[in-house]
Amino acid sequence: MAQMNMTQALNSAMDVMLGRDPAVVLMGEDIGYFGGVFRVTDGLQRKYGAHRVLDTPIAEGGIVAAAIGMAVNGLRPVAEIQFADYIYPGFDQITSELARLRYRSAGDFYAPVTIRTPCGGGIRGGQTHSQSPEAIFTHVCGLKVVMPSNPYDAKGLLIAAIEDDDPVIFFEPKRLYNGPFDGDPAKPAAPWSTHPKGEVPEGHYRVPLGKAEIVRPGRDLTIVSYGTMVHVAAAAASAHGLDAEIIDLRSLVPLDTDTICASVRNTGRCVIAHEATRFSGFGAEILSVIQEECFWDLQAPIQRVTGWDTPYPHAFEWEYFPSQARFAAAFRVVMEPA
Amino acid sequence: MNVPDYSVWFNEKQHSGDHGRKLTGMPRTPRLHLPPTPARPGESPDFSYLQLSPAGAVPRPDVNARARDIGYLSLELVRVLDDAHDAVGPWHPHLEPAELQVGLRHMLLTRIYDDRMQRNQRSGKITFYMRSLGEEAVAVAQCMALRPRDMLFPSYRTQGLHIARGLPLVDMMCQLLSNTRDMCKGRQLPVMYHSAAQRLFSISGNLATQFPQAVGWAMAAAIKGEDDLAAAWIGEGSSAEADFHHALLFAAVYQAPVILNLVNNQWAISTFQGYAGGEQRSFAARGPGYGIAGIRVDGNDFLAVHAVTQWAAERARIGAGPTLIELVTYRAAAHSTSDDPSRYRAKDDYAHWPLGDPIERLKAHLIKHAGWTEERHQALVEELDAQVTASWKEAVTHGTLADGPRLDPDLMFEDVFKVMPPNLERQRAAMHAERSDVRWRK
Ligand SMILES: Cc1ncc(C[n+]2csc(CCOP(=O)(O)OP(=O)(O)O)c2C)c(N)n1
Ligand SMILES: [Mg+2]
Repeated sequence: MAQMNMTQALNSAMDVMLGRDPAVVLMGEDIGYFGGVFRVTDGLQRKYGAHRVLDTPIAEGGIVAAAIGMAVNGLRPVAEIQFADYIYPGFDQITSELARLRYRSAGDFYAPVTIRTPCGGGIRGGQTHSQSPEAIFTHVCGLKVVMPSNPYDAKGLLIAAIEDDDPVIFFEPKRLYNGPFDGDPAKPAAPWSTHPKGEVPEGHYRVPLGKAEIVRPGRDLTIVSYGTMVHVAAAAASAHGLDAEIIDLRSLVPLDTDTICASVRNTGRCVIAHEATRFSGFGAEILSVIQEECFWDLQAPIQRVTGWDTPYPHAFEWEYFPSQARFAAAFRVVMEPA
Repeated sequence: MNVPDYSVWFNEKQHSGDHGRKLTGMPRTPRLHLPPTPARPGESPDFSYLQLSPAGAVPRPDVNARARDIGYLSLELVRVLDDAHDAVGPWHPHLEPAELQVGLRHMLLTRIYDDRMQRNQRSGKITFYMRSLGEEAVAVAQCMALRPRDMLFPSYRTQGLHIARGLPLVDMMCQLLSNTRDMCKGRQLPVMYHSAAQRLFSISGNLATQFPQAVGWAMAAAIKGEDDLAAAWIGEGSSAEADFHHALLFAAVYQAPVILNLVNNQWAISTFQGYAGGEQRSFAARGPGYGIAGIRVDGNDFLAVHAVTQWAAERARIGAGPTLIELVTYRAAAHSTSDDPSRYRAKDDYAHWPLGDPIERLKAHLIKHAGWTEERHQALVEELDAQVTASWKEAVTHGTLADGPRLDPDLMFEDVFKVMPPNLERQRAAMHAERSDVRWRK
């Protein structure tokens, strides 16, 4: 075991996979010599060579398309999109091509591509360095969608994603790269060394795709979340003295509905939290599943804690961010006696 | 560095019979070409890759020359100022000394403004900044060669356009501060200015998007029968995006009255221009590839930049078609305040840049030919310095992110649509409730 922040854990996952499998190649803008603008690929080009850790032109559509071609020819590319906000030039290649290649060729062609991309706000990035577009990709059939909330999961999930024969969009909440974040920007930042999930094995291990984790068992209510909001939710519940069962989805597709529903059946109350905008956000899908599966177990309406339905504004970052105060309003409704 | 043993592919289960492919004769040593980067940290700066033409050497074709007949312009380098600070050759624009002094003033103001705003970022007054150090001639000379009604589509490193168009410094500073007078109402990162009145389009964080939009603007001008033209700026790194190619294609198909400016400052963050396709052929040569004029110019030569832009503008206005201009320059500073170039490029690189510094070069020319003096230059620097200081003093009275008056957070919900829909009205009310929830008030 070693102490790692999320950047190091992700780096370690790619290091392990480059070492184990000669088909694994990394590609992306500034990822090679420089090691990436968030340093996630630091040192890997030096270690494995410039033809396995490729700097690319600034062309996200080209990056995804080339990754597909490389994958069809036997490689296992891990492409970095520098910010999730810049994934859209690659959108057609992802949604029309990468996602459906297996289907349209009846399984004769497929492209085991992993697309890593930093997402989320909380770093004063303004409207083009803060987005959380995960829901858009969950709506596309044929893509797996992953978002870790801590270094241990980040490494295990990334290895599982790279080894998976289906394409995976792997979102990295950039606010969590260096430490957990409870939603209060005024507090001094805590490093991952203060958190048990900052303990990361150095070698190969997987965290399976499609398996949620119960971060904390509880009886009062269920909070379903992923990414940065897992930490904010836990802090908000504890500040309210609630015995919340906190579920970290880790994978959005495939979705671990069993874990969600088993928990809601026990607690009868549920809050869903994500940083992305509310309207047609992934919370709507979770909510629908719960309504379909657990309607008669519910004791109060399900509530969503989300970003507002606006772009992420530079000056109002903390008014936009789903804070502990936004949980307070949700808790009031959900904890009404039945 | 480990060269992987590719022979294992034949055995690995996950690849056996992959897509019915039979792997035979796969080379054990990769032969993928990787564009070289001339000098990394610890190496001496090396600009021997640059193709230069002597000042005055490149012929100036008639403005209505056909693109196919002037392909040489995309491979040569138009230069007017020579090493002796004289203006030579057919591209000499013969500008009045007074106009050149205005150019010098705008370039100096841009540099002083950049320097001060960089320091304001360092001291925590603004969250982010990007300088255009070493590239001031590009924006300033080009703006001055265009008319006030021409529509400009800037990139984030062409603040000289805003300064030369006369956008008040206070307005620009208020944008950087996201304060109560911020033209973007707090929504954009610093440097993403705009001005509808001055015809400076809103800057996007997403690279290259403005390039084909400028072509559309120019198409509209042509449809409406107006003789305004559009000009857009893009970095050489960003020219890799499909949007760049859309711009060239639409410009060529419709012969739109547009000037497409590619600022080749050699770097895209840590990545050398070879990775944008500059190794095999000049960026300007993509123009003729699409059937439009392409021209390569010394971007640190105020006179050459002005002359080439004027030539392209005249072409566009008489209906002779669009032009792609590659401005060869150097990003002398870091990419942004979040960047540290000592991690990826040679130290002292700018001191070795063969095309010199745009301000120094124009200044030397003016001293030699237009009665400019070191004393007048120094006085101008002091005047502009005082202007920046006074503007900043005024700007902060409208608030900073840390103190003073603050933008109303309600603004967050406006302008998503023209008329606010009910869900946003509800969310705005929810935000009010959240902010008045004393338990959580900070
Ligand atoms: C679509 C998109 N991809 C990636 C980025 C991240 N990014 C911002 S600036 C930049 C480098 C651009 O370099 P260049 O076009 O050469 O302009 P320069 O910074 O040199 O002026 C990158 C990769 C972005 N903003 N938008
Ligand atoms: Mg550049």
